Amino acid sequence: MSATVDARTGRGRRGPARRFFSPSALFKQALMLAIAIAAIYPVYYMLETSLKTRQGWTADQFGLPIPPTLENYVALLQDGRIPAWFMNSVLVTSASVAAATVVATLAAFAIARLQFRGRTFLLRLLIALMVIPPAVLILPLFLGMQPLGLTNTYQGVILIYTGMLIPFSVYMLSSFFRTLPAELFEAARIDGASTLRILRSIVVPLSGPGFVTLIVVNAMWVWNELLIALVFLQDDHKRTLMAGLTTLKGRYAVNEPAVMAGMFLGVLPILLLFLFGQRFFVRGLVAGAVK
Amino acid sequence: MSAMTSALRRRRHFDVTPYLLVAPAVALILLIYVYPIVRVVIDSFLSPTAERGTTVGLANYTFVLNDPVFWKSAQNNAFLLIGVPIMTILALVIAVILFDQIRGWRIYRTLVFTPYILAVPVIGVTFVYLYSYNGIVNEMLRAVGAGGLAKDWLGNPTLVMPSILSVIVYRELGFGVMLFLARMASIREELYEAAMIDGAGWWARLRYITVPQLRTVITFFVVIELITMLSWVFAYVYSMTGGGPAFASSVLELYIWKYAFAYRAIGIASAVAVLLLVATSVFIVVQLLVRGDESDTGEE
Repeated sequence: MSATVDARTGRGRRGPARRFFSPSALFKQALMLAIAIAAIYPVYYMLETSLKTRQGWTADQFGLPIPPTLENYVALLQDGRIPAWFMNSVLVTSASVAAATVVATLAAFAIARLQFRGRTFLLRLLIALMVIPPAVLILPLFLGMQPLGLTNTYQGVILIYTGMLIPFSVYMLSSFFRTLPAELFEAARIDGASTLRILRSIVVPLSGPGFVTLIVVNAMWVWNELLIALVFLQDDHKRTLMAGLTTLKGRYAVNEPAVMAGMFLGVLPILLLFLFGQRFFVRGLVAGAVK
Repeated sequence: MSAMTSALRRRRHFDVTPYLLVAPAVALILLIYVYPIVRVVIDSFLSPTAERGTTVGLANYTFVLNDPVFWKSAQNNAFLLIGVPIMTILALVIAVILFDQIRGWRIYRTLVFTPYILAVPVIGVTFVYLYSYNGIVNEMLRAVGAGGLAKDWLGNPTLVMPSILSVIVYRELGFGVMLFLARMASIREELYEAAMIDGAGWWARLRYITVPQLRTVITFFVVIELITMLSWVFAYVYSMTGGGPAFASSVLELYIWKYAFAYRAIGIASAVAVLLLVATSVFIVVQLLVRGDESDTGEE
């Protein structure tokens, strides 16, 4: 373990915990092992089941998939629904996260760095809105969007998701912008830079980590969201992946390996992102717990 | 108004820029939050079915408050709240163990956190199989000779809510662990050093340093999980039981969703939405207290 890691995490400062064979260390190991296995088992189960044929699964539900088969994945991909739902989720997620990031950046900059009437009120309102459950909003939103022809459209869903990302995004970005050194802004002002120029040339380039964190958290929330997706995209070919996956259980009622293959495809993108960028997930979710 | 404009004029450089910058965000909030909240309150007093309903006073509320399914749903949400202390204590225990850097703590940390990044619908559907009569949970009970305890975990009206709660705890636990670990990493080292010099043992350090230092972040976690249990569990219930068997696992969100989109009873769904909003607004106050002054949330 390198010294820098130790300094950053501050680990190991609470006495000798490195002995492996003391009773308490063994107990802790056993406990953590049990918890870790329980935590990962459902993912393992998805993968293991999805690699079995239906016959193989009936014969041995919990054994290893030997020989493994990709027939469930091939069948699901050929069926075409999952790839279509996947693309719908990609579209809805990227559009709403991008829109929310831009809108929130502008507002967060004003809140963090400019003085104006209603600034405190706006920030408090945003914090309060983070708590409002979507279940309260969906019916009036549906009734309001129906006459405009926005139900069952990607635009409608993207609009809702963007709106729902705003309170947390502005809150998070404004706290982040506040940590940037004030001298930079004063210097830029003295040089006569406009507000937009400061935003573009100072704030955005310096806020890379903040943006990555925010985008990860928001993308994960939209990707995994179910209630709004179910209500506002009801045509089978327009469904998001999560809404679509909940229909698989009924469609393949007796084919568990096929259902599990679908589930595994559903979590795979986020799982891969997580494995490669764990620290962004951790930082983002720790910073922004509401979602 | 004129007083305000003159006050503004008195400032030498009145600047519209901040207002332009916040305008798009404010517009979205008006559209996605303010309009629906106003409308749901109005709709809750209108005739339950008609599209352009007539005012019916409190009839929707009377209906709801006399509906056993509503009470069952509210009771189920209340039941889920007992998961909050369970999760908080478990997460604290795990975080403390990992913070001691036991061998392999990095791998444990990753594994414990993984469920939190998985989508709720996927977890829900997977647990339907794990908890089914021939699923792994029952098979393990049979394997250790406790086959008599094998149950239809999600099909039994008494067991269904505890089973759903266990899945929620399964997913949300990792979040607590991560939150607590992040905060622990920033506790000042001198506190522990001083305690060691004073001869404080492991328990004393936990009791008098770690937990008090984590107070803010524990509050934060508890508040968020209370909100979750009250009003963000739709995806769990929908993907596992759809509220069944009968209405045994219905929750308020599902009740709203059913009346709104299956029964098309707008007034009734709106009345429940208003009740849920009122219940949630308690937490709005708490949320403002916890976060209002950008108080620390455990990061950095």
